Amino acid sequence: MKIKFPKWFYQLASPRWFYDITSKLLPWFAIAALLLMVIGSVWGLAFAPADYQQGNSFRIIYIHVPTAILAQSCYMLMAIAGGIGLIWKIKVAHVIAKSCAPIGASMAVLALVTGAIWGKPTWGAWWVWDARLTSMLVLFFLYIGVIALTSAFEHIASGDKAAAVLALVGIVNIPIIKYSVEWWNTLHQGATFKVTEKPAMPSEMWIPLLIMIIGFYCFFAVLLMSRARTEVLRRESKTDWVKLLVERY
Amino acid sequence: MLEVKNIFCERDERILFSEFSFTLNEGEVLQIEGQNGSGKTTLLRILCHLTEAFEGNIFWHGQNVEHSREVFYHALLYVGHLSGVKGVLTAKENLIWMSQLDTALDRISITGALKKVGLFGYEDVPCHTLSAGQQRRVGLARLYLSSAPLWILDEPFTALDKKGVAEKETLIAQHVQAGGCVILTTHHNLNIPGTDVRKINLDECLTT
Amino acid sequence: MSFFLAALRRDLLLTFRRRNDIINPLAFFLMVGVLFPLGVSPEASLLAQLAPGVVWVAALLASLLSVDGIFRSDFDDGSLEHMLVSPRSLLLLVLAKVTTHWLISGFCLALVSPVLALMLFLPNEGFAPLVFSLLLGTPTLSLIGAIGAALTVGLRKGGILISLLVLPLYIPVLIFGASSVQAGSIGLPIQGYLALLAAMLVLSIVLAPFAIVAALKISVRS
Repeated sequence: MKIKFPKWFYQLASPRWFYDITSKLLPWFAIAALLLMVIGSVWGLAFAPADYQQGNSFRIIYIHVPTAILAQSCYMLMAIAGGIGLIWKIKVAHVIAKSCAPIGASMAVLALVTGAIWGKPTWGAWWVWDARLTSMLVLFFLYIGVIALTSAFEHIASGDKAAAVLALVGIVNIPIIKYSVEWWNTLHQGATFKVTEKPAMPSEMWIPLLIMIIGFYCFFAVLLMSRARTEVLRRESKTDWVKLLVERY
Repeated sequence: MLEVKNIFCERDERILFSEFSFTLNEGEVLQIEGQNGSGKTTLLRILCHLTEAFEGNIFWHGQNVEHSREVFYHALLYVGHLSGVKGVLTAKENLIWMSQLDTALDRISITGALKKVGLFGYEDVPCHTLSAGQQRRVGLARLYLSSAPLWILDEPFTALDKKGVAEKETLIAQHVQAGGCVILTTHHNLNIPGTDVRKINLDECLTT
Repeated sequence: MSFFLAALRRDLLLTFRRRNDIINPLAFFLMVGVLFPLGVSPEASLLAQLAPGVVWVAALLASLLSVDGIFRSDFDDGSLEHMLVSPRSLLLLVLAKVTTHWLISGFCLALVSPVLALMLFLPNEGFAPLVFSLLLGTPTLSLIGAIGAALTVGLRKGGILISLLVLPLYIPVLIFGASSVQAGSIGLPIQGYLALLAAMLVLSIVLAPFAIVAALKISVRS
């Protein structure tokens, strides 16, 4: 049961090829991230109209929503990369999975903190047991588990594989956790009103949001590539191509 | 029977084996020698697929073990560093469980095997009351019960007295004469009647 | 099948020879439950409201506490290596181990839980839902916990790490388990909750053993 993949798939398996291609891609993504995030935040913070209910405090969604979305997609990517690493024994996939974890955890923290800051003017409290915030907190815990497990192993390869298994178990569980938390939330519904489910946003509000989201994705790609490149260098430090690279500088 | 091809293994940033190959035929005994830390145990674990940190292939009767593990494990008796003997179980219960795990072990002769390793009268005593040497012998009683053709033994003679060692050597000789083969590590000078012991020294292996 | 029974027999025998393994989770369960009246208030109406959650949290922690040992001794004495070089099915072996763990943790906890529920003034209507939800929910906890145990068995400091890995995954079981008791104690139907717990159990029986076997192989072969 061997599946044939196009050539680039196997090339990606080579750490050296990965290093070379990312050094070409990295500047483009960095420029795109910078442009999009500057445009998005200026537009969102200065030009988008204020919310009729929340006034200006809603503007934090331009950070809160992108980080929350990224925290979730990053876990997906981590699990998929880990799975690829487990099945096809591709080293670079494990490097990517390992680099994802701290980025995703930071995004989850940012989403939680911005959520709390947003909560203060809207709900009058720093923390509310809102379904989305609670799910995000659990996601953060899942990241903590993966990071702790990876670093607990002495042998890098075993830590990678163990983390991949855990991430895959997590990805099966995330929909169940989300569903159960949402359900639990409706059961104990208090006086809170849902901020994130509002009638359709006017386009002056969501276009900057979309720009911010794409900008954050580019920023994420930059972070991921930089981390993965450092990790590749560390792991391949004994190989000739890395030694050559070091000599050149 | 057993063909090992181009093994490469790196441990703690040190290359243990590189392009390491050998073949083992019926009726052969292979002794792995080397200093501590030269990778003897690692090699045995590689052969049993108890570690994945290696590259290369192992063939059993021409079949890649990677794809036919079940067949290979049917044919294998592995005695490792750790005996796998449970302290709260009696010698007999331990061996019964081992025979359930390892299909090549003969269940009926367990009492006889315990007698042969000198544990007569200790069959129904919890193993934690036995001495280290006696516990070791419980694990080694599997050698009397096994019909597996390939034996892989990691330091089988530790904690055994002279008489015990001589008995195990005779046992190995019988096994080899019946067409089996044995790979073992030991510091002891093997004296196996009727068989030339092949030796591989891992220290020399690295320098060449 | 006969191999599954043989493995189950061995694990049960091992457990019964070390009786502490059976008593410890139960004692822990009761002690955690007792902390709540002491820490919060002995007032009956308040405790009755807290009881479903408290009993479930205590059961969850007791199950978590004992799951660390599920592969530990087999790893330490080399039995796990024997199991890996055996032609037998590791999936069956793992299922036997998880079943043993459930019998000494979840099953016994479900039987003892009415005692704690009584002390916490859970309304009479809540007792049956409590026992049933524990019986249906705790096997899932054992299966998920075994994944964490298998991942950490080769590490010297497995204890706290396993809780970090496993606790977030326990959340859905806790939510539906405790909610079923809450619903039951005010006379609402609980079939829906039990069905959800059963669905999670089926899903974890199908998927968890593969993750456990993969994790064990990683731990032993590292």
